[in-house]
Amino acid sequence: MSEFFALIRRDLVLARRQGSATTSVAVFFTLTVTLFPLGIGPESALLGTVASGVIWVAALLATMLSLDRLFQSDFEDGSLDVIALSPLPLELVALAKTLAHWLSTGLLLVALSPLLGLLMQLDGTAYLTLIAAMALGTPTLSLFGSIGAALTVGVKRGGVLVSLLVIPLYIPVLIFGVGAVDAAADGLTQRPHLLMLAALFLFSVVLSPIASAAALRLNLE
Amino acid sequence: MNTYDDPRHHTFTADRLTCIRGQRLVFSDLSFVIRPGTATVLSGPNGSGKSSLLRLVAGLLKPAVGTMTWGDELTRPDPEFHRRQVGFVGHQDAVKPAFTVAENLRYWRAILGGASGENVIGAALSAHDLGHLADLPARLLSAGQRRRLNLARLNLAPRQLWLLDEPTVSLDSESVARLETCLRQHLGNQGSALIATHTPLNVESSATIELAPATWGAIDE
Repeated sequence: MSEFFALIRRDLVLARRQGSATTSVAVFFTLTVTLFPLGIGPESALLGTVASGVIWVAALLATMLSLDRLFQSDFEDGSLDVIALSPLPLELVALAKTLAHWLSTGLLLVALSPLLGLLMQLDGTAYLTLIAAMALGTPTLSLFGSIGAALTVGVKRGGVLVSLLVIPLYIPVLIFGVGAVDAAADGLTQRPHLLMLAALFLFSVVLSPIASAAALRLNLE
Repeated sequence: MNTYDDPRHHTFTADRLTCIRGQRLVFSDLSFVIRPGTATVLSGPNGSGKSSLLRLVAGLLKPAVGTMTWGDELTRPDPEFHRRQVGFVGHQDAVKPAFTVAENLRYWRAILGGASGENVIGAALSAHDLGHLADLPARLLSAGQRRRLNLARLNLAPRQLWLLDEPTVSLDSESVARLETCLRQHLGNQGSALIATHTPLNVESSATIELAPATWGAIDE
């Protein structure tokens, strides 16, 4: 199990040293959301209605932007061969790398969401629900995303392909993520939406390492 | 768990291996035995399937037909055991430019499950004369130095069978001599090696596997 944590630590240190990917995710997320008040006007009623959708779509796109580096750089310099031959099963390798991906990108999206929620005029329970939904939903984005990243690891500039593969998997997260915030804003209970997000997370945490490992095996051949 | 201590599994046997890539036959019916303490040289013209055979023995590639065994145990049912037996150095360098030379080795040691302690890293560095470069960022290394760093990985965690793909590429004569010293030490410890090379190494090799040029005949399925 120490190999598992070693791999996470390595990926986190690499992400910090190379910096640019993590920063670009944060900047993309913030800028995209910031453009909406400028584009559609600062009326708080209008902004409040579209806030959850805008923030979630921006989070989806920001995550997708960072997926290509999940396995790609290790694949290109031969490191993935060595990692695949470590004592760890490839499923756990995929899980460790996905976890590191979430810690270096998804966690940042969660941390930025209170700020963007304020900017988009969310208040009260809707505001808190957004943060909870982001915390529950972004790990699922990384997990589903790793399947797309693993499938396209051998493809140069596979960004468009990853989007096509991953967006259908992201739609449930978007629906329930937005649903939770909207329910809270309308004074309804957000619980079923959050439970669905939790269910999606549990589903993806089991499925995604298996699917990613299978895809990586194909690409290592 | 030190693989050197378990004599039952020291002898590697490949039985009638057939490799098919992209529906083309690379080689077929290849059988050989690698006993502890011996080095087997793999020769053949470019494209004859040397790298494919090494990846196949490493377990990165699945044979279309044929089996591999350690002692009398098949490799298939216990892939983790197999991964702990093989040390693979491919033609890609698996060096992270963002890490220093020593950090590269430290993370590989942790991921490969090698014994902890700085002296393991120190020994690996000095075996390939990298000690004076330990704190240098790996992006500044020359091709030959990267190659040596890649080879130093073999000294981090004990592995029974070393799989080397053109290990002498871009090495100067002194570095080749250091590689030969490492190999002789490994063979002296009852380790074994399968080496694809065009330049003869000054290591007692007990056998040579001659691969015929691949016909790349299409397979009818």
